[in-house]
Amino acid sequence: MIEFKNIRKTFGDKVVLNDVSAVLEAGKCNLIIGTSGSGKTVLMKCLVGLFEPDEGDILYNGINFTEMDDDQRKELRQQIGMLFQGSALFDSLTVEKNIMFPLNMFTTWTYAEKMKRVNEVLDRVNLKDANKKFPAEISGGMKKRVGIARAIVLNPKYLFCDEPNSGLDPQTSMVIDKLIQEITVEYNITTVVNTHDMNSVMETGDHIIYMFQGLKEWEGSNEDIIFSKNEKLNSFIFASNFLQDAKDMRMLEAKGKIDNNRNMDELLK
Amino acid sequence: MTFFTELGRYLLMLKGMFSKPENMRVYWKEFMHQCSEIGIGSLGIVVIISFFMGAVSAVQTAYQLVSPIIPKASIAQIVRDTVILEFAPTLVCIVLAGVVGSKIASELGNMRVSEQIDALEIMGINTKAYLIMPRIIAALLVIPMLVVLSAALGIWGGRIAGLGSGILSAYDFDKGLMQNFVAFNVWFALIKAYTFAFIISSIPAYFGYHVQGGALEIGRASTRAVVISCIMILFADYTLAQLLLSAPAG
Repeated sequence: MIEFKNIRKTFGDKVVLNDVSAVLEAGKCNLIIGTSGSGKTVLMKCLVGLFEPDEGDILYNGINFTEMDDDQRKELRQQIGMLFQGSALFDSLTVEKNIMFPLNMFTTWTYAEKMKRVNEVLDRVNLKDANKKFPAEISGGMKKRVGIARAIVLNPKYLFCDEPNSGLDPQTSMVIDKLIQEITVEYNITTVVNTHDMNSVMETGDHIIYMFQGLKEWEGSNEDIIFSKNEKLNSFIFASNFLQDAKDMRMLEAKGKIDNNRNMDELLK
Repeated sequence: MTFFTELGRYLLMLKGMFSKPENMRVYWKEFMHQCSEIGIGSLGIVVIISFFMGAVSAVQTAYQLVSPIIPKASIAQIVRDTVILEFAPTLVCIVLAGVVGSKIASELGNMRVSEQIDALEIMGINTKAYLIMPRIIAALLVIPMLVVLSAALGIWGGRIAGLGSGILSAYDFDKGLMQNFVAFNVWFALIKAYTFAFIISSIPAYFGYHVQGGALEIGRASTRAVVISCIMILFADYTLAQLLLSAPAG
């Protein structure tokens, strides 16, 4: 579980995060959503320690991250996996070596043991026959999968994903979302996803935090979002007519007026 | 950003490099890789430059020594001292600032921009220790070696040019080479080589490590790194000459 309290972060005179607090639970996909410049990336970078918050506390299972010294942070970070927006794979290393890198650094395993684990995680992210390829030789979706594989190779307790769907087609996005969701439950990880993707919000958002101009504007689940009266949230999530229609359908479904499995087909005949 | 802010960040970067390696074997591998990149990667250009600078030095010295009372062997002596004192350490290091410096700055800059450095940080790795320290130590090991090689090749180039163009005989050249040899000059060249190696590796590492932005900023950082390294090399060259070579007044 990750808890952050009263996080404030400024860059010069600009207040990017203002008094943001929330609890992110284990085994759940916690989504941070918001428009560009709303502070969600800065919030994520504060949570993993890439930025230092000006004020506030970040607690990992009750231990204050902001008060940890470098050695304690290094220890905690070995329990953190992160998938970056651009995947951040090491260009000069093959897929296999990229995934093996954390194992080389932090374990004393034999080469055979490390290879076994690499193949396990590659198998878990459904990526086969890519071991010897370099990042430049694989597609965006494959890079994301390698990024996920590298993030989970040390069995982390916390997984952070910064815009995992950026630059991917809708079908691949869904595969990545599903993968993140499955891994979260399977490994009982506290997953934090920073996303713009509305499909991710509706499909994987066990817990959603909506950021607006550096403030936490709304918090709830993907089911709550349908019934939310928050105008800012609604104008962000259901910006297009298509998404508005989808929301109406979900509301009708929730109220029992249509059954998504049966009478939708009948109505469409 | 002011000069003192930059200097402070540079010193903090150097301080941040000193920590216990997460895994000594991985660090060693990275160090060996950097030795190969810096040493083998620059060998070709060092060989070519060194040979020609020695050759040109011999021809131009002969051109200027027109007096018949100056023995021909003096040409070899001048070539030797010029190459050892100045050409091999300074000229070669200025070229290496371009070759190695721009490589270090652009590599680290690209890693920063593509979030690879952030990825290492998240894994719990001290990126200053893992990325910068091996480069600096590798440069400190191989650049003095390149300078020694350069001095030898420079003198050999001077000999070939001197003999080939009929300026002096092999006997005169070898005689001049051994005349009034001051062993301290070699030590001085090595002191310069170590100083310049540190400059060539640490300044570009600083600029590359702190890049913010995209491809354009990587290019700018790389150029800045080379320019400032060259200026610092010349400044250090003058300072070391003043400190170690100038005779006390009176």
